[in-house]
Order: sequence, then C-alpha cells, then structure tokens
Amino acid sequence: MTGPEIETLIQLLAKLPGLGPRSARRAALDLLKKRETLLKPLAEALDLAAERIVTCTTCGNLDTIDPCSICAGAKRDVSQICVVEEVADLWAIERSAAFRGRYHVLGGVLSALDGVGPEDLSIARLVERASASEVKEIILAMNATVEGQTTAHYVTDRLAGTQVQVTRLAHGVPVGGELDYLDDGTLTAALRARRSV
Amino acid sequence: MSQAVSAVSLPAASAAERRAAVVRLSLTDFRCYARLRLDIEAQPVVLTGPNGAGKTNLLEALSFLSPGRGLRRARLAEIDRRERGADTAAPWAVAAVLESGRGRVNLGTGHEAAEGKSTERRVVRIDGHPARGQKDLAQYLSLVWLTPDMDRLFMEGSSSRRRFVDRLVYGFHPDHAGEVAAYETVMRERGRLLADGSADAAWLDALEDGMARHGVAIAAARAEVIRRLDSAAAERTGPFPVPRLVLTGEVDAWLGEMPAVAVEDRVRDALRAGRSHDAAQGGAACGAHRTDLLVTYVAKDRPARDCSTGEQKALLLSILLAMARELRGERGEAPLLLLDEVVAHLDGARRAALFDEICDLGAQAWLTGTDDELFAGLRGRARFFRVLDATVMPR
Repeated sequence: MTGPEIETLIQLLAKLPGLGPRSARRAALDLLKKRETLLKPLAEALDLAAERIVTCTTCGNLDTIDPCSICAGAKRDVSQICVVEEVADLWAIERSAAFRGRYHVLGGVLSALDGVGPEDLSIARLVERASASEVKEIILAMNATVEGQTTAHYVTDRLAGTQVQVTRLAHGVPVGGELDYLDDGTLTAALRARRSV
Repeated sequence: MSQAVSAVSLPAASAAERRAAVVRLSLTDFRCYARLRLDIEAQPVVLTGPNGAGKTNLLEALSFLSPGRGLRRARLAEIDRRERGADTAAPWAVAAVLESGRGRVNLGTGHEAAEGKSTERRVVRIDGHPARGQKDLAQYLSLVWLTPDMDRLFMEGSSSRRRFVDRLVYGFHPDHAGEVAAYETVMRERGRLLADGSADAAWLDALEDGMARHGVAIAAARAEVIRRLDSAAAERTGPFPVPRLVLTGEVDAWLGEMPAVAVEDRVRDALRAGRSHDAAQGGAACGAHRTDLLVTYVAKDRPARDCSTGEQKALLLSILLAMARELRGERGEAPLLLLDEVVAHLDGARRAALFDEICDLGAQAWLTGTDDELFAGLRGRARFFRVLDATVMPR
C-alpha cells in the first residue's frame, strides 16, 4: 500500500505516548500534506533537539546547557531542593512559578515488579547534593501514588544521615474544590494536615 | 404503573422513595445476549428458566453497575459475546437507567479494548459523560449479591471470606477498594524484593511502612463494618438464624487493644522481624491479608462450617440482609440485591420471611430460579420474567 519510508514514519510515530497505530497513520498523513509548514520545521526541530539537548548532570533536568539554566541560575535559592519523579513534574512546578529553589529529578519511582531499584534512580546523587553545606531543605514532591509514596519514604530514609530538613508536599483540598466532591481519603489527609489560621 | 401505585397506596410510595432501582437494563454483546432491553418498575424481579438460559448472566451484568470484577470475577474479554466458530468477539456493554430518591441517572459500563494494546479496561459513563473511574459508580448504587459460588464460603480457604468481608465494607466505604489495591501492590513489591534476595533494608522499610499504613486502615474499616453487621443481625428475630461475626487475625486483635498508630508500629516491627522467614516461605506472615471471618450460628453455638448447607445459606442471607438494613439506614435507600438460585435452599418459612423482608426493605431484589412455584409468595409484589435461550419474556 505504501513505501517503506512512510511505514517507518508511521511505526515511529506509533511509539509516541498517546498515539496508537491508527492515530499514527493520521499524523503521518497530516505531516506529509503539510510538508513545508509542518514536516520540515518538525524535522529540523527534532534534529536540533537530538543534537543540542542534554540531561543536566546535577539535577537531571533537560536543557541545552549543562548544568541546566535552573542549576546555573543566579537568582535561584540554593538552600532548597525539590525532588520530583520526572522532568514533566519539574515543568509542572515551574509553570506554577511558586518555587524559586533548585530541583532534583529522580528519573522514576521504585518498583520491584518493574525491576526499578534505587541504583536505577538518581538517589545517590541526591544524597551527595544534600550533604553540601548550603542546602537546608529537601522538599519531596512525589506523586501521591503507592509507588511515589514508597519512593518518598525510601528517600527520607537515605537522607537521614544528612543535616537537611526533609519536607513533603501537602495532600488535601484542591484550590477551588468543593468538599462534597472529595473522596474520603483526600478529606482525611486534609483534616490530618490542617493548620491554624 | 408507578403512578397508579403511588395514588392508591401511600406505604408503597414511601417504600419506592427509599428504593434505588434499575428501571431499564440494556445489554450489548454481553455473554449470550447479543442485544437485550428490559424495562421494569422499581419492584423486585423474578427470573425463571432452565439451566443455561442466561439468568445468571443478567445478574452478572447488573453486578457491573458497581466497582470491581462482577459477581463471577471474570476477565473482561471472557464476557465478550462470541459467535460460534468466530475468532473475534465484540466488546460488551451494559447500560442502565437507575431511579432513586435523587432522581434518574444513566449508568453505562463496558469493555474497552485499547487500540494496539493488550491491556483491557472497563470504562464507565455516568449520564453520558466519562467517569473518572469505576469507583464513581459507588456513589449512585450499592449492590449486594449471593450466588451458588458462595455456597462453599465457610468451607474454603480464608481468602474468599476476606474478599466477602471487603465487599461488605465497599458498600459503606467505597474508598476501601483503593486501600486494598494499594496494600496488595506494596505487599507484592515486598515479596518480589525478598524473593530476589535484596538486602536493601531502606527499600524494605518503605514497603513495610506502606503495608502497615494501608493494612491498618483496611483492618479498621473491616472491624467497624463487621461490628455494625454483627449487632444489626443480632437485633433481628425471625426464621433466619442469628450469626455472630468475629474477625480473627493478629492485626485485628491488636486493633482491639491499642490505638491504630501503635498497631502500625507493631506491624512494621513484625514485618521487619519476619523478613528472612517471609523470604524463605513467600508471602508475609503478618498483616491485614491474614484476617479471617469466623461466623457462628448463635442459637446452636456451632461454627458456620459445621452447619448444614441450608443453614450456611441462611446465615449468609442473615448477614446480607443485615447489611441491606444498615445501608438503608445510612444512605436512605436499600441496596440492589442479586440473589442467584437462593430460594431453592430455603424452607417455606424462610422463603416467606425473605420475600417479606425484601418488600419491607423496599429493595429491588433480582431473584433467579428454575421453578416458578418457589416464588409464589412474591406474586403481585414482583415482576416475573421467563428466561429462555437468551431471551427474556414477561410472564
């Protein structure tokens, strides 16, 4: 039906998250229809990304420079490190503009069933960074999933030998949320984590 | 029809208000049913027909209106209807219109075979909109069932009794399902680590902390519900036997003696001390997964497993009816009762008492049986259908 070039394109697109074989075929066709406006600019962007983007050897963020612009940023607070599972989580916190410290990307969560152990995550590097004298607080911002919480517990344990204060994100009522719609688990967590006003 | 009832009889109308009932059930490619649409009123439903006609399949379809794997615990793909000799099957769907004191709501659920993936998923839609998950169903409807598979509940190993207890708890605390799933995940993770011979104590600590937190939450919810059902069942005198319900297990005993936080510490300590044992034996020697439910026939002071088949069935019914009464007290409406081949085991007095109790509760019960005559006591109080070769006809 189609040449091997198109087939290869479809197969590669189908490996992207959220795309099945059918949507990959549609994406490929769309790219080929918009050759000048989409296909070529995309190819150039991909090429550039492959060439220039590197993983920050300090925190695990993705950037064109190493250390990344956050680690190298003169205005960032060096006393706080926020630990996240993936770069996507780092981006989410950056979008909020609520945190001015630096980050540490673990690169996943502990999962014995998936064969992901502490040596596969950037935990030793985190302990090393936490031992630096300017670091005062480590904020654990793992997902509130079973694996995320297991990993948070593990990281806390590994940081026990350092002088830093270890904190974690609060769990509770979402901003703009109605109590009536919250599940029992979230409400219980919110009640437990209440504070005086 | 429902208007006529409310006009002539006030008690019936108030019972209907307290009833959550399916008034329309539609099946698509569900086991033997290619397509079925059943319009009913908010009253009990009796399905009779020969073996293999499709009665239990209807109850199974209804059981998917609650979270979980349905009353047969089948894999989703097993339920897809398959033409004889065909390689492929069409994914199934169940839709229902539910009527309750809060109005009407459309519930839909079905098997979604993801494109190009081997994983299968059950999707849920509420009033036409995708729900966040199966858990959302529990806000609209609670369901209780009794099937012939449960006849051996008191004779088998403890895992099926634990599942039974957990289903009772889901009715009161829908979030219990999440706790159970989380507990099982961390326990499997710990099992794998121990089996791999990992000596990473901090990782094991983290997993055991999860087992302690989720396990104690599970045990506390079970204890609360079992206590409620035990006293609710004891209040009732009638032809049904009064059961005594006791949870037996280390964690359950500790919860009776000390605060939950102290129990968590104790579970953590026990798991840490038991690592080498668990590594050799597999599993975990301590935790909420070792709880058992001990049921005693009070009047005879006899454990349920030593009772006759009919007595065991009656004890189970006592527990389920106690749950239905408690749920009605708490939520203002009785749960849907799915009673598969239940009445055949009961003597005449118990059968009559069961029918009266169903009507008193204002519960929409779906009862199946092979013989019409067994349900004579429900004539005029229920809708009767004949099920034959995957067709359902009113009688």
